Amino acid sequence: MIRIFSAIVLGLVLFLASLLTGASTLGLSSLFGAGDGGLVLLASRLPRTLALLLAGGGLAIAGTIMQMLAQNRFVEPSTAGTVESAALGMLTAALFFPGMPVIGKMLLAAIFAMAGTALFLRLVRQIPARAVLMVPLTGIMLGGVISAIASFIAYRYDLLQSLGAWTNGDFSMVLRGRYELLWISFGLGVVAYVTAARFTLAGLGEAVAISTGLNYRRAMLTGLSIVSLISASVVVTVGSIPFVGLIVPNVVSLVMGDNLRRTLPWIAYSGAVLVLACDIAGRLIIAPYEIPVGTMMGVFGSAIFLYLLLRQEAHAR
Amino acid sequence: MHADQRGRKSALIIAGLAALALVSTVAFMTLGARGNWSFVLGFRGVKLAALLLVAYAIAVSTVLFQTIVGNRILTPSIMGFDVLYILLQTFLVFALGAGGLNAIDQRVMFVLEAAVMSGFALLLFRWLFSGAARSIHLVMLVGILFGGLFRSLSAFMQRLIDPTDFVVLQDRFFASFNTANTELLGISAVIILAVSVLGWRLLPDLDVILVGRETAIALGVSHKRVVTLTLFVVTILVSVATALVGPVTFFGLLVANLAYMIMPDGRHRVVLPAAVLLAAITLVGGQTVLERVFSFGTALSIIVEFAGGIFFIFLLLRGNLR
Repeated sequence: MIRIFSAIVLGLVLFLASLLTGASTLGLSSLFGAGDGGLVLLASRLPRTLALLLAGGGLAIAGTIMQMLAQNRFVEPSTAGTVESAALGMLTAALFFPGMPVIGKMLLAAIFAMAGTALFLRLVRQIPARAVLMVPLTGIMLGGVISAIASFIAYRYDLLQSLGAWTNGDFSMVLRGRYELLWISFGLGVVAYVTAARFTLAGLGEAVAISTGLNYRRAMLTGLSIVSLISASVVVTVGSIPFVGLIVPNVVSLVMGDNLRRTLPWIAYSGAVLVLACDIAGRLIIAPYEIPVGTMMGVFGSAIFLYLLLRQEAHAR
Repeated sequence: MHADQRGRKSALIIAGLAALALVSTVAFMTLGARGNWSFVLGFRGVKLAALLLVAYAIAVSTVLFQTIVGNRILTPSIMGFDVLYILLQTFLVFALGAGGLNAIDQRVMFVLEAAVMSGFALLLFRWLFSGAARSIHLVMLVGILFGGLFRSLSAFMQRLIDPTDFVVLQDRFFASFNTANTELLGISAVIILAVSVLGWRLLPDLDVILVGRETAIALGVSHKRVVTLTLFVVTILVSVATALVGPVTFFGLLVANLAYMIMPDGRHRVVLPAAVLLAAITLVGGQTVLERVFSFGTALSIIVEFAGGIFFIFLLLRGNLR
């Protein structure tokens, strides 16, 4: 009970802080008042805050499912080639179907993300079960190869700048009417929660999962679709935010164990709060300018990832 | 194979590689040249010198590094060395400003940077490789993550510095063989020459280290001293290459492993020239083909990243980590 209560308080405080932080000053009173303050709030601050919460929560859920599918604690969309593939998909859309509506581009990016992730899972099957760390290593390298292809194409067609926007998460351009696609990840989160038990089973390995009566292929496909759609929607609207999907599930599982039914809401909540807090910090450090949340998470996330890695090494000995 | 025969075969391969390198150099200098020859040769000559210096620095540093870590898939850039150089540069601009940076003597700066980098390399090295049987995968992953962390930290600081200072930084760090930082050529050549002399004297000891740490110590090699000195040489070579063209992750991995594959002999006196020549052929030849045949210049680093990444995954999956 205390845990839930303090979580709600922390969430609310950060939510309010996010509404009040930014280049133009908003007092608490303007939350209810009219005039310019109301416009800034409704058109910019509120959409931004919601986008942060949705992206963070979605990425944390995507990371959790990814870890179940790959049966490995150290993978997430940005260490499995998923994000890079989605960016390649966006590039393809920009080149061949420039007039396509955003939702179409997102679906194309999702298809690319799915193909890339499937390729990764295929490669992972070649890796002996003991070599735990080879899995993220292979994923990172696969991501490197895919992004080399993407930057080659982008370089040829003068799109390097757009590619940069998709690969480094930044919420400063989020306005009303430009982030609503992220609600998809909310819907997918609900789907993930309902079907959580299947991923827990799939995480036990193909043989065990099938012997319990699970339709393993269908569970894998569902999981893959959820991960790809969430990643694609985030990449399309704000750009990639690394490490959220990796750190959050690991830390939550350290505290609460592995029953997804119980932990998935906490995972979504923690992801949302983490990204929100990082973005607020990014807005404060060099105010009135901003540090993009992708960079903030890059610094913070890789440090925590290092800690998690070395910690598991210490346990293994 | 008989030792004598092997020596002859190595000499033959190296002669062949040297011929190829010469052909690509000549092609680079002359193909598609129009107008005033002295201008063309001068202009391209500077570029060629930069390419050759980088080829040398990357090939030698990778091979030496792989010898002391006893592993043919780790390279200085996979362990994040070159990104550390960028972080250091960014930090200096951040702390002193571009003006302050220019006020300091270039040579003093370089010595300072080299000292910091070698210090870090030693710390990382002692920490990662001294513990009993740490998994090589962990070492690699930690290296890659350090690279990512340094990259993000530099991006973070680049956000904080003055935009005009940032321009100074920016044109240094986009990996490009086409717009090499030619102002640094002279001092780079001198530095490379100096550390090469030091490296040359280490080669016999490094050959012994190839058989393994314990055996090498039993044979009377002062392992710690050799490793420390070699790391020093490696970090300086990496700094020079990064200062000239920016970071390239997989280039060293490619040429070093190719050299191991084609040479019948594992000794450094044979492998090192082969790796250097292969690097020169790849860089100069690749740049010529891209510029003259496909007419896009700066894409070479992207292609190398692509090929190198696939090669790395291949090495990983084949499992030849030792």
